[in-house]
Parts: sequence; C-alpha cells; structure tokens
Amino acid sequence: MENATVRSLRLDVPGWPGHLAGQHVDLRLTAEDGYQAQRSYSIASGPEDDGVVLTVERLDDGEVSPYLVDEVRAGDRIELRGPIGGYFVWQAGDGGPVMLIGGGSGIVPLRAMIRHWAALGGPVPVRLLASWRSTADAIYTAELDRLAAAGDGFEAVSTLTRSAPPGWDGEVGRVTPDMLGRVAWPSDGRPLAFVCGPTGFVEAVATGLVELGYEPARVRTERFGPTGGPDG
Amino acid sequence: MALISRGFRGRHRDNPPGRVPPGQYLVDGFPVLSAGPTPHTPTDRWDFTVVGEVDDPPRWTWDDFRALPTETVTKDIHCVTKWSKLDTVWEGVSLDTLLADVVTEAEYVTAFCDGGYTTNLPLDDLLDGKAWIATGYGGEPLEPEHGGPARLLVPHLYLWKSAKWVRGLRLTTEDEPGFWESLGYHMYGDPWREQRYAGD
Repeated sequence: MENATVRSLRLDVPGWPGHLAGQHVDLRLTAEDGYQAQRSYSIASGPEDDGVVLTVERLDDGEVSPYLVDEVRAGDRIELRGPIGGYFVWQAGDGGPVMLIGGGSGIVPLRAMIRHWAALGGPVPVRLLASWRSTADAIYTAELDRLAAAGDGFEAVSTLTRSAPPGWDGEVGRVTPDMLGRVAWPSDGRPLAFVCGPTGFVEAVATGLVELGYEPARVRTERFGPTGGPDG
Repeated sequence: MALISRGFRGRHRDNPPGRVPPGQYLVDGFPVLSAGPTPHTPTDRWDFTVVGEVDDPPRWTWDDFRALPTETVTKDIHCVTKWSKLDTVWEGVSLDTLLADVVTEAEYVTAFCDGGYTTNLPLDDLLDGKAWIATGYGGEPLEPEHGGPARLLVPHLYLWKSAKWVRGLRLTTEDEPGFWESLGYHMYGDPWREQRYAGD
C-alpha cells in the first residue's frame, strides 16, 4: 500500500509490448455469474521498469477500485488490454522544459514520465507540482524526494489543500493562478505541460497555465473521474 | 470464455435492459474529458462552415445559426472511457436542416473545432435524424467545458465523435482519421459493437 487508501500492484504481463510514459491499460473483471466491469488505469511504472505497475486509489463508492485495493492478491489473474493512449505521453523527443501538475491520484501517469526521464539520464528540466489534501494522502514521497535531492534537473513542489502539519514549508491551498505564477516554468521557455487529476482541478490548472502564456497546444490534460455521482 | 476474477462481485446495478452497451457503466454526473484546455470562443467571433467536397460552401454566423429551427432531443450518450449517461436532453439544429441544400458526392466528413480537435465519420451517420449541432444541454446554454457554444452530437457513436467546440464540417471522399483516430481509436466507434480502439 502506498497509504491507507492507495495500493500499487505489479502485474506480470506475458508478451507485454512495452509502453510509453503516460499510457494506461483497461482492466476487465468478471464475476462468477458473468457480470463484467471494465475500468482504465494509468501505468505508474516507466517503460524501463520491470512489469506493469498500476497505482489504484480506493474510491468509497467504487465498484472496481475496492476490489483492486482490498481483495486482489499475488497469483490472481486479471484481464488487461493495452497499452492505450498516444496523446498524454512524454518521450525524450518531446523535449522540455516539462511542467507536471497532478491532483491526487493524477500523479500516477506523471510518475511514469518521471521514471522514464530519470532512466534517460534527465535530458531536460522537469518540475512537478503535486496537490494533496494532506500529507497522509501523498504517495511516492520518498522516491520523489530522493530524485529532487539529487539536483539533476528534477524539482518537486507539493501543496496541501486541507491540512498542513506544523513546520510545513511547501505550498498551502488549491492551485491558483498566483501559485502557478510562482511555481510553474515561465512561459517564455515554451514549456510542455502535463496536467492530470479530477476534472475541476484540471480545468482550473489548464486555464491558469494558458493565462500565464502557455501555448494551449502545449498543455496536455488527462481528467479522471466523473463530476458528481459515484464512479469506478 | 472470460477469465473469472476471484472474489469479484461488482455492484450488479439493475441496468435498464438494452440501454447500456457492453463494458459501460452508468453515471449520474456529467464527466468532462477533453484533450487540452477548454477554448472560449465569443459568439460574435463564431461561425460554422461546410467546406471541402461541396460546390457552394455555406457559412453561418452565430446569429444566422440561432435563426435556424432547433429541436429538443433526449438521448443516451456513451463515452469510450466506459461511462454512459441515459436520457440526456439537448437542444440543437439537426444536421438534416444544416445540410439540406448541400450538394456533394463526398461520403465522409471531418468535423473541425476550436483548439484543433477533429473527428471523422461517414456522412450517412450525420443524416436522417441521427445528429445535431447542439447549443443547449438540460435546458441551459451549453457550457464551454461540455463543448459550448456549440458541439456536434452524434449519440449513436462513442462520444468522442460528438466533437466539442465544433466550427464546421469538411466533406471528404476518403475516411480521414481525426485526432483520436490517429492515436489508435476506432475509425467508426459503435458502442454496441464495442469499437473502442483500432482493430476492434
């Protein structure tokens, strides 16, 4: 488990053709009576990592996520389709500087990009802004802190939107145009941005980046989950 | 025979029979998924054109467009990302109305949009009461996040074919892959045959 509600699963996929950082897979579950449910999950592992790692957050009203987080055990088999997606991907040829902005579990495909970037030896400057409700909700913290401390071109900033511990020296509150102005790469370097998370988060951040002068075609977005109502 | 997932029970909602295509689940909200930031085109700079394989390309300004007869339709919509929403209510101009005076030998259409999005489909799939240019949703003007001021609505295909922020149609003799189609999504996209990705 990454924390109380988030679990990373490593899948061994015979014949896996490899994937690009940012792609996802479709999982299909079948109950004994034949009932089926399908959902998409971003791949958390980089193309150079072993196996296919998915990081799943248990949603209270979810139909599939509680099964993946609470029930699945080593040795279980799952039907998987992928990799899927060619738009929300980062490859070395895409250049930089790269601005990654994740809301909650929106960080998952961004983490794949970061791992790929590191495996390539950090070819361009990369900055991550991660938004969490509290430090208890954060994932990948140790790995990202280690990378940032290495000082090889990766920087990370977090913002906490509900509660911050005493002595917290990161950002506080929702991502605002003001925060983006301070934290995001300046637009004159023609940065390439990837924004991922709940739709309201992505809408606000993408609009904020465009207002800062980011070219709309260089702000790529991936939105998770429905607005209102239960989901998977 | 599908692989049984040990211990999976699912929610077994009582889906209305025949309304939910394979692999889909119902939602109550109205999810937003799009590639990139939301365009915001003011209506005084909006127009809609039909171009390509057409003799006399028509053009409508926003005022021209709003003067056309509209319909209110109730449709089920199905997104390739697996969510479906039943009985959604839209207001818009039928493509039969828009294309009534268009003479063409083209068999295909590419819808083009603010922000650069495109999608392709057979011209036949826009005609005979199957498609609208929608300007209203749920009795209100269509919000930018959902494609306003106007989007294509083709509910019998996956919702990526219902191009948001649509500005026109290009009539073509060949079926030319649009944005998602060029990235591996199906050229046609029939939810009832689960045509999500190329080769399905």
